Amino acid sequence: MFKVFRAFVTKEMYHILRDKRTLLILFGMPIAQILIFGYAVTNEFKDAYLDIYDQANDQMSKELVQHLQSSGHFKVNRMIQSEKELEDGFKAGTTKLAVVIPYGFSSELSNGNAVTVQLLADGSDPNNANTLVQYASTIINGFQQERLHQTDNPYQVEVEMRMLYNPQLASAHNFVPGTIALILLIISAMMTSLTIAKEKEIGTMEILLVSPLPPLLIILGKVTPYALLSFINAILILLIGYFIFDVPIKGNILVLLGVCFLYVVTALALGTLISTASKTQQDAMMRSLMGLMMPSMLLSGFIFPLSSMPKVLQVLGSIIPATYFIEILKGIMLRGVGAHLVIWEILILVGMTIFLLGMTFKNFKIRLE
Amino acid sequence: MSEQAIKVEGLTKRFGDFTAVDTISFQVEKGEIFGFLGANGAGKTTAMRMLIGLSKPTEGQGFVAGFDINTQAEKIKKNIGYMSQKFSLYNDLTVKENIRFYGGIYGLSKSRISEKTEDILAELRLFEVAKKPVRELPLGWKQRLSFAISMVHDPDIVFLDEPTGGVDPHVRRQFWETIYQQANAGRTIFVTTHYMDEAEYCNRVSIMVDGKIAALDTPDQLKKQFNSKSMDEVFLKLARNV
Repeated sequence: MFKVFRAFVTKEMYHILRDKRTLLILFGMPIAQILIFGYAVTNEFKDAYLDIYDQANDQMSKELVQHLQSSGHFKVNRMIQSEKELEDGFKAGTTKLAVVIPYGFSSELSNGNAVTVQLLADGSDPNNANTLVQYASTIINGFQQERLHQTDNPYQVEVEMRMLYNPQLASAHNFVPGTIALILLIISAMMTSLTIAKEKEIGTMEILLVSPLPPLLIILGKVTPYALLSFINAILILLIGYFIFDVPIKGNILVLLGVCFLYVVTALALGTLISTASKTQQDAMMRSLMGLMMPSMLLSGFIFPLSSMPKVLQVLGSIIPATYFIEILKGIMLRGVGAHLVIWEILILVGMTIFLLGMTFKNFKIRLE
Repeated sequence: MSEQAIKVEGLTKRFGDFTAVDTISFQVEKGEIFGFLGANGAGKTTAMRMLIGLSKPTEGQGFVAGFDINTQAEKIKKNIGYMSQKFSLYNDLTVKENIRFYGGIYGLSKSRISEKTEDILAELRLFEVAKKPVRELPLGWKQRLSFAISMVHDPDIVFLDEPTGGVDPHVRRQFWETIYQQANAGRTIFVTTHYMDEAEYCNRVSIMVDGKIAALDTPDQLKKQFNSKSMDEVFLKLARNV
């Protein structure tokens, strides 16, 4: 039986190695995706451009500008002289954030009066505007506190923030677990459903079914090479994350790999299930894109936090395997927890896998009839 | 029961209210070339799927290569070859790799596979293209290779489902020569076709109409029975009667 299995896997490897498109999806996509997510899709920023409309133009206002610049987050783009210029900048899209310092900034401040510094942001890009305003107000608050310290008010309460597990709030820490979840899904589920659908499309599936091969062996033979490659990919992404983006792996690496393996099986079951329902490759592709990729990307908490979504979407998110897998990965990689602390998520994932395998087996049998 | 290669009694297949195959009975002798004809939708494919173990009969009995189609489908699969109307080799694999793969899934030993590979390459004169992907072969060659590979495990019976679709007359002639060779070597051939001239090459022919076997005899007898000059005419007369 093993000899037969080997013949099948050998054939499958030929298919994979000879198809440039498959190879590209297998190895090009994971690397491209992790690099894009790591570098480009990031919530942090450095050297954002800032326009300043310094109406006061006195000692204090100059110090504030200095303070903003020295934070390392902002660079002064232009010193604006009139309100018209301000408006033009926003309209042209060259201004993203402007700081307006009012007349008599120094004197009001030293007299202990309230002064309002105005922050104007381009709200057509809300995420960006939000982040910029938050950074800028934090810096201005800091400036104010510094000044106040020098004068009086000893009872100032200072808020000191510390982000646990991801002190620099680096996005890559969030994206690496998410990317692993997506990549494993693409390769294990989409590629297997495609390769099985392809056999149906070109008619070889019929020949395989007429041969003495047990159906289970056909599925296993198809799935094994992809399981292996997904696993290699998971390790590759972990390495890129570790060496290029400094994403730590604090927990037990064996538990981590074990969970990856479990998730690969889940994804393979999903892929086979999709292929039992699709007759052509295109069909299989559409089903995996719409049914797997989109929800896993949007509803798993990978990009948008689940807790801030409406109830309906939260429920949808909770039936997606990736949701739990990402949770487990974050726990093990970033927080360094042992398996016992994510046991609930692991159990849910095991349950889902058993359910999917059962469905797959049932559907495959029906199809044979 | 092992005298006949195929023996079928009252074989029926229903899908809901629709009866695709309606109590058909026939026998195929060993070494016979048996033509299985019928218009599209007459139930040929469904009947054949029951014989090769892809589909379970609703009613009726049948033996293929001495095994019961109701209970021993797995044993039947080991003893039959099958070539479908769709081209069934892997285009991105070479000629040799295709032979090796199909030999492999039928559980042939390594030495047996290399032996078989040599035989097939020699017989079809494919030595020069043995290491080329099958994609690059002309259709006629592919078809003959496909036929040879369907017999890689030396089955007693070979089922051919419209094996010559889309092939030019010259290649069809060649193809039938190989069919004859195999039949002379004692192999039973069960073939479906749309070409009535090919029906004349068969030892016996059955014609299915609406799920039933409307006629079954040698081509000569059929022509006499229906007072026709060619199988084409026989076929048309049968189809018009309904």
